[in-house]
Amino acid sequence: MQIEKFYYDNKIVKQFGAATLIWGVVGMLVGVLIAFQLAFPALNFGIPYTSFGRLRPIHTNAVIFAFVGNAVFGGAYYILQRVLKARLYNDVLSKIHFWGWQLIIVLGAISLALGYTTGKEYAELEWPIDILITLVWVVFGVNMFGTILKRRERHLYVAIWFFIGTWVTVAMLHIVNSFEVPFSLFQSYSLYAGVQDALVQWWYGHNAVAFFLTTPFLGLMYYFVPKAAGRPIYSYRWSIIHFWALIFIYIWAGPHHLLYTALPGWAQALGTVFSIMLILPSWGGMLNGLFTLRGAWDKVREDPILKMFVVALTCYGMATFEGPMLSLKNVNAISHYTDWTIAHVHVGALGFNGFMIFAMLYWLIPRLWNTKLYSQKLANTHFIIGTIGILLYAVPLYWAGFTQSLMWKKFTESGQLQYQFLETVTHIVPMYVLRGVGGSIYLLGALLATYNLYKTMKAGQFVANEAAEGVALKDQPLPQSKMHWHSVIERKPIRLLVFSLIVVAIGGIIELMPTFLIDNNVPTISAVRPYTPLELQGRDIYVREGCYTCHSQMIRPFRDEEARYGAYSKAGEFIYDHPFQWGSKRTGPDLHRIGGKYPDSWHYKHMNDPQEMSDGSIMPAYPWLLDKDLDTSNTAGKIRTMQRLGVPYPEGYDKIANTELREQAEKITASLRNEKIKARSSKEIIALIAYLQRLGTDIKAEETVNNP
Amino acid sequence: MTVIILLLSVSLLVAIVFLVAYLWSVRSGQFDDDYSPAHRIFFDDQEQTNNK
Repeated sequence: MQIEKFYYDNKIVKQFGAATLIWGVVGMLVGVLIAFQLAFPALNFGIPYTSFGRLRPIHTNAVIFAFVGNAVFGGAYYILQRVLKARLYNDVLSKIHFWGWQLIIVLGAISLALGYTTGKEYAELEWPIDILITLVWVVFGVNMFGTILKRRERHLYVAIWFFIGTWVTVAMLHIVNSFEVPFSLFQSYSLYAGVQDALVQWWYGHNAVAFFLTTPFLGLMYYFVPKAAGRPIYSYRWSIIHFWALIFIYIWAGPHHLLYTALPGWAQALGTVFSIMLILPSWGGMLNGLFTLRGAWDKVREDPILKMFVVALTCYGMATFEGPMLSLKNVNAISHYTDWTIAHVHVGALGFNGFMIFAMLYWLIPRLWNTKLYSQKLANTHFIIGTIGILLYAVPLYWAGFTQSLMWKKFTESGQLQYQFLETVTHIVPMYVLRGVGGSIYLLGALLATYNLYKTMKAGQFVANEAAEGVALKDQPLPQSKMHWHSVIERKPIRLLVFSLIVVAIGGIIELMPTFLIDNNVPTISAVRPYTPLELQGRDIYVREGCYTCHSQMIRPFRDEEARYGAYSKAGEFIYDHPFQWGSKRTGPDLHRIGGKYPDSWHYKHMNDPQEMSDGSIMPAYPWLLDKDLDTSNTAGKIRTMQRLGVPYPEGYDKIANTELREQAEKITASLRNEKIKARSSKEIIALIAYLQRLGTDIKAEETVNNP
Repeated sequence: MTVIILLLSVSLLVAIVFLVAYLWSVRSGQFDDDYSPAHRIFFDDQEQTNNK
């Protein structure tokens, strides 16, 4: 038995840690800005790059993939090395991982601000960045599995299992949801259409929460909570059981995002059942973490790190109880499309993810720099104002969501809707202000943490390569007396197995997908026609400006929604929608049947200045749409791409598409002129009006034919 | 709705991967000892060498 000397790579942990703090502040700053935009629309500044529809994806992508992502990578790399008793597999791969991920973040922020988006929530980044993400993720995987294979500790500590589960599932989610067909260097259409796109997207969206925001954090929890408390995890056996239960159940819960939509009923029920089952493994994790502190509550009173862990785990417990409740159909009928959902995710994001990250950094950075935390007092202050920030964020939004939903559903005694949509918005604007204040307070806490940790770094001596010792696995005696067949192959073949499985899966999906999906995109409602070239261009503007972040296009089969918006939405109406634009939030009204509701001139004036048309509206103005010429150079390419996706434009239609586009634009310009508005037919606003006036009208046409 | 078939098969594939991993871990004795791993994370080289 020979003892080997080796070094832990602390530099990569430091880099990811610093990136976490920087992107965290940036992401939260954008969050605070868009929170106040909802109360004071003037904060959209009337320019494209700062309007809500573009900033909101920047906020979500920044906090999820930059803040949380960097924290997970840094924390995982610290834990992997220690519990496996090995330096990370390859220093070059670590470097590529870090800088590649930062490149993705920067490219993502720039491209989203410029309006390059796929229009699918939490997966907005366009195809070149999607490919980059895949590559960096593979680098992460090779680095992690490589480290596991050269480990000096036979047993894989439970945290490692959580990281493995994260890696495998996120790889699958990202690949399946990102299938898109490019029509230009930076833009693409989703391969899936309508209901199918919605199902894939929310299968992705839900599991991204599960495997990017939850499982890696439980991995971090299982290492840092015991370390910070100075006592082992309450029940190691429990941690193993709840890990396997969690990952087997989580994958099936996605359909709960699509209750009351056109999704088949059995799929909705499946999603609900698995969501309810999730309470057990989720609470298993929370209680295991909290029980670890049994007998250490005197420490919790003093130590800001433990306090943050307690609040984080409590928030995790609340969010994972609330989640299953929200996936009950009768609760979802009230909560969906309202701010309730926003409150729910922020209890998880600010409470669980945010506090876990800050507690981890407060513990980690003094150790990496061989010193003590600069100020315990400041950390305690951070804990207090952070907690107040979470409460002040969440409580007003719960109030707002519940109130608004009840107002939407309220009928007068004579059977009319009691409230205009706008009244339900202006009623909750004070809550939006309070939420913005709560978010600002939380951000202030994050700034305190950054200052405190920066001072800690300055005071200490960073050890880039930390010495450690261990015995190589091959020199260690086997735990069992007989050599199991698995032990022989477990070294290299595992790597082989993992990669071959992934390659086979990718290959298989690429082969099967087109035949599976495109043949299926045949019309099921005869009146539903493909978009005209001008409408298609207008739709792409709708996607570019992020209209889906505030407007849904999915009317649920409820009395109030039919009375307010029109006939409920049917699956067959969305078969040409690449991507689907159902949305998940109604900050503004549903737009699925907006077509023909208002004259063209109303839309023209409304886009230029929403407050002029509806006093008190919180919608941003889009004056640039009136000035900017529509780019028609890509019309033919878009039509051809749609044809490849199975949209039945006639053969050779791409060549005459721009002629038809101009004809339709002239018609709209003429109708505007009749209403005393002088507009040029070449402007983007004309295309957007064409799209809005088309929305939901196909089925109206059929209804008039059937019921003359 | 053929996309359901795709999602089900991909989800099943991952579930099978997890199942194989689970069976491997049980058979190779990963979970035979559920006491010492929880304690082992405290045997840290750093805290032993630096703090003393």
